[in-house]
Amino acid sequence: MPRIETDSGPVWKRRTTSKQWAIWFGWLVALAIAAYAWQGISDKTIWFFVQDAPSQAADIGGRMIPPKISYMSRLWAPIWDTLNIATLGTVIALIIAVPVAFAAARNTTPHPIVRTIAIFIIVSSRSVNSLIWALMLVFIFGPGVLAGTIAIGLRSIGFCAKLLYEGIEEIDHSQVEAIEATGASGAQKMAYGIVPQVLPTFAGIGVFRWDINIRESTILGLVGAGGIGLELNGSINTLAWTQVSMILLVILVTVIVSEWVSAKVRGAII
Amino acid sequence: MLRLEGLKKRYKTGDEALKGVDLEIPDGQVIALIGPSGAGKSTLIRCVNRLVEPTGGKAFLGDLELTGLSSSKLRKARSRMGMIFQEYALVERLTVMENVLSGRLGYVGFWRSYFRHFPATDVQEAYRLLDRVGLMQMADKRADELSGGQRQRVGICRALIQNPDLLLIDEPTASLDPKTSRQIMRLINELCEERGLAAIINIHDVLLAQMFSQRVVGLKLGEIVYDGKPDGLTSDVLTEIYGEEDWEATIEKVEDEDGDGDGDGGEHGKDSKEEAVQGSMT
Amino acid sequence: MSVTSPESGQSFPNSWRKPPFIKNPLLRWGIIIGAAIYLALAFGTMEVNWQRAAEGLPRGQRFVTAFFPPNFSDNLGVMWDGIFESIWMAIISTIAGIALSIPIGLGAAKNLAPKWVYLLNRGIIGGSRTFPEIILAIFAVKLFGFGPFAGFVALSIGTIGFYAKLLAEDIENMSATQAEAIKATGAGWFQWINYAIQPQVMPRMIGLSVYRLDINFRESAVVGIVGGGGIGATLNTAFERYEFDTAAAILLIIIAIVMALEYTSGFLRKYVQ
Repeated sequence: MPRIETDSGPVWKRRTTSKQWAIWFGWLVALAIAAYAWQGISDKTIWFFVQDAPSQAADIGGRMIPPKISYMSRLWAPIWDTLNIATLGTVIALIIAVPVAFAAARNTTPHPIVRTIAIFIIVSSRSVNSLIWALMLVFIFGPGVLAGTIAIGLRSIGFCAKLLYEGIEEIDHSQVEAIEATGASGAQKMAYGIVPQVLPTFAGIGVFRWDINIRESTILGLVGAGGIGLELNGSINTLAWTQVSMILLVILVTVIVSEWVSAKVRGAII
Repeated sequence: MLRLEGLKKRYKTGDEALKGVDLEIPDGQVIALIGPSGAGKSTLIRCVNRLVEPTGGKAFLGDLELTGLSSSKLRKARSRMGMIFQEYALVERLTVMENVLSGRLGYVGFWRSYFRHFPATDVQEAYRLLDRVGLMQMADKRADELSGGQRQRVGICRALIQNPDLLLIDEPTASLDPKTSRQIMRLINELCEERGLAAIINIHDVLLAQMFSQRVVGLKLGEIVYDGKPDGLTSDVLTEIYGEEDWEATIEKVEDEDGDGDGDGGEHGKDSKEEAVQGSMT
Repeated sequence: MSVTSPESGQSFPNSWRKPPFIKNPLLRWGIIIGAAIYLALAFGTMEVNWQRAAEGLPRGQRFVTAFFPPNFSDNLGVMWDGIFESIWMAIISTIAGIALSIPIGLGAAKNLAPKWVYLLNRGIIGGSRTFPEIILAIFAVKLFGFGPFAGFVALSIGTIGFYAKLLAEDIENMSATQAEAIKATGAGWFQWINYAIQPQVMPRMIGLSVYRLDINFRESAVVGIVGGGGIGATLNTAFERYEFDTAAAILLIIIAIVMALEYTSGFLRKYVQ
C-alpha cells in the first residue's frame, strides 16, 4: 500500500513505512556482520606486512621479469602429467558417475534407499575440494600422478553425477513410454528410450568437467600430487622467480587452449 | 478381438477416469473413440496395454486376460498390441530405422537389440513398411529431422512391425495440419484393412472420426454414452457427449462428403474423398 | 544382400547398419586409434607400481582407521578459531569482491561501455579467472604475510573473475527496449542504471552473490594449505602432525557447513527469483 494519505493529499512512496524500516534494519544487520567479520580478520593480520606489500609486489614483480624461457625444456613432462591427471581423472569420474546418476534420478532409481545413498555419494564428493582429496591420497599412495588422478576423479564424481541425474530427470517421458509399449524389457527401455536422450548431456558434462579439471590439476602439485604444480611449488620455495613466471605463463596458455578445445568439442556434439 | 469388462481406473489423486467401461471390438474393426478432454479416452487405451494400471475390471485380448499378467507375460502381450502416439513419441536422437526396429524389441534379446543386430526378416519388414509409407529414403535420417507427418508415419511403422493383433492409437492427428491429418488417418485405415487389424483411435476431430471409422464410441466422464454407426452422430448425440453447442455445421459437412464418396474404403471412394477434402480446405 | 518379396516383386535389403557418428572413415578411425594410443600412454605414466600399491594398502587401511572415530574434543578451540576465520574470510571477500565487481562488470558490458573501457575490464576479468584461487593465495601470502588477510585478498580477486563476468553477461542479455525507454525519458546516466539496468539484473545477482559466498567458503578451506588462514590451515596442521582423527572431524565440519550453505543458497535463490 504505497499510497499514503496526508493532510496535503495522497503521496506516493515506493514502499510502506514498515517495509522501509525492515529494509533499513536488514542493511544494519548485514553491516554489523560485515564489521564483525572484518574485525575477526584484522585482529589476525600483521598490518606492518600489509603496508609493506606494495614494495614487496614491486620487488617480486621485478624479479619475475623476464620469464626464463629456457626453463621450458623441463616443463614438457609436468605438462604431460597435468593433462593426463585431468583426462584420466575425468574418465574415471564419468565411469563411476553413470551408475550413481541413474541411481539418483527419481525416474530411474531402483529404490528410494538407493537414491539416498547415491545422493550422499554426490554430496560428499562435491563438498571436499580436490586439493584436500589430494592431500589425503598422497598419504595413501605416496606423492605422484596416481594420487592426483584419483583426487580429481573423486572430486568430479559428484559434479558429473549431479548434472547427469538432473538431465535424466528432465527427459521426455513419452519416448520411454512408446518403447515400453512395444513390449521392451527394462534394459531395452534404458538402451532405447533413456540413453539416447541423455547421451548429448553426458558428453557435454564430460567435456565441461575436463576443462575444469585441467585448471584444478595445475595446482595439485602443491601438495605433492604430481603435475606442473610440483614445479611451481619447487620454484617458489627456492625463490626462482623467473621460473615461477614461466610456469604461470604456461598455465595461462594451457587453460586458454583447454577452454578453446572444450568449446569446440561441445559445439560439435550439441 | 478385444473385450473390456467393467474396466475402472481411479488415479491416486482420487479422479475417477474410467467408471466401469464395457466394450467389445471384433477382429478387423476400426473404432473411433471420441469425447471431450478429460473424458478418459487416453486412460482407456493405456489401460489396455497397462501403461496405466487399471484399478478394476478386466480386459481380454482374444482369450488372454491382460489384467493381472506377470511382467514378463505382459511384455509378450504388449508386443501383440501396437501403439501410436499423439506427439509421435519417436526417440528423437535415433535414426528412423532404429525407431522402426524398436517395434521388435519385444521379440529380440537385449544384446541383439543393443548392437542393432536384428534378424534379417525384421530388417526386411522394416524396409517394406518404410517403403509402404513412402519413407524409404529416410531410413538413415535422425527422427528429429523429419516433419510432423513423416514422424507419424514412422510411428505407424513402429507399431506395425510388431505384427500386432490390435492397434491402440492416441490422438494421431492432434499435432498435424488438416491435410496431413487426413492422409495419416487414411493410411491407418488402409493398413488396418490390408492386415485385418482391429484398432481403437482416440480422436478429437468428430469429422475425421466419421470419415475414417466403421464405428464410433462416445466417452463422457469415464462412461460410454454413445456406441454406434458414424452416421448416427446427430446433433443430440454430440450435445450428449460434448455439451451444448451448434453442431449443425459439423454434421452437414459430413453429409456432403458422404454424398461424394462412400464409406467402404474402396480405391475410387478414397480418391473422391481426397478431392472433397482438398475442396473443403481451399 | 537382398531378398525379393514374393508379392510385389520388389526387393528390400535384409541387413542394416547404423550410420556412424563421424562420416569420414579416415577421421573416425584416426580419432578412435588416437584416443586408444593416448589412453594407453597416459595409463603408462601412472606408474602404478603394484608392489608399492600392495604396500600402500595396509598403509591406506591404517590411514583410514586413524580417521575413526573423528576427534572433535582435543583441539576444539583451534578448530572453532579456524572455522570462524573461514566464515569471516568468506563473508568479507564476498562483499569486497562484489563491491569491486559492480564497476568492473558495468565496464565489461558491451552495450554500456566504450570500446577501450570494455577491453580493459574484460582483461581484468580474464586475468583473475585464469588462475585458481590457490595460486592467487600463494602470491597474496608472499605479499601480505601468513594469515587470513592473504586469503581474503585471494578470494576477493577470485570473486571478481566470477561475479563481474556474470554481471556483464547479464547486462548484455537484458532487454534493450526497457533501457531505451528509460533513456528516452531524459534520465541521467546514474538514473538510467538505477531504473533500467538494476531492476533487470538484480534478482539473479542476489542469487549469485549467495552462491559465491558458498564457493568462497569452500575455497577458504584450501587457501589455508598455502598459508592463507582459515580452516584449511587448521586442517593442514592436523595432517602434518598426523592427527588424522582431528582431520576427520574438521572434514566432517566442512562437509556439514557446505551442505548447510548449499541448502540455504538454493532456498534463497528460489525465494529471490
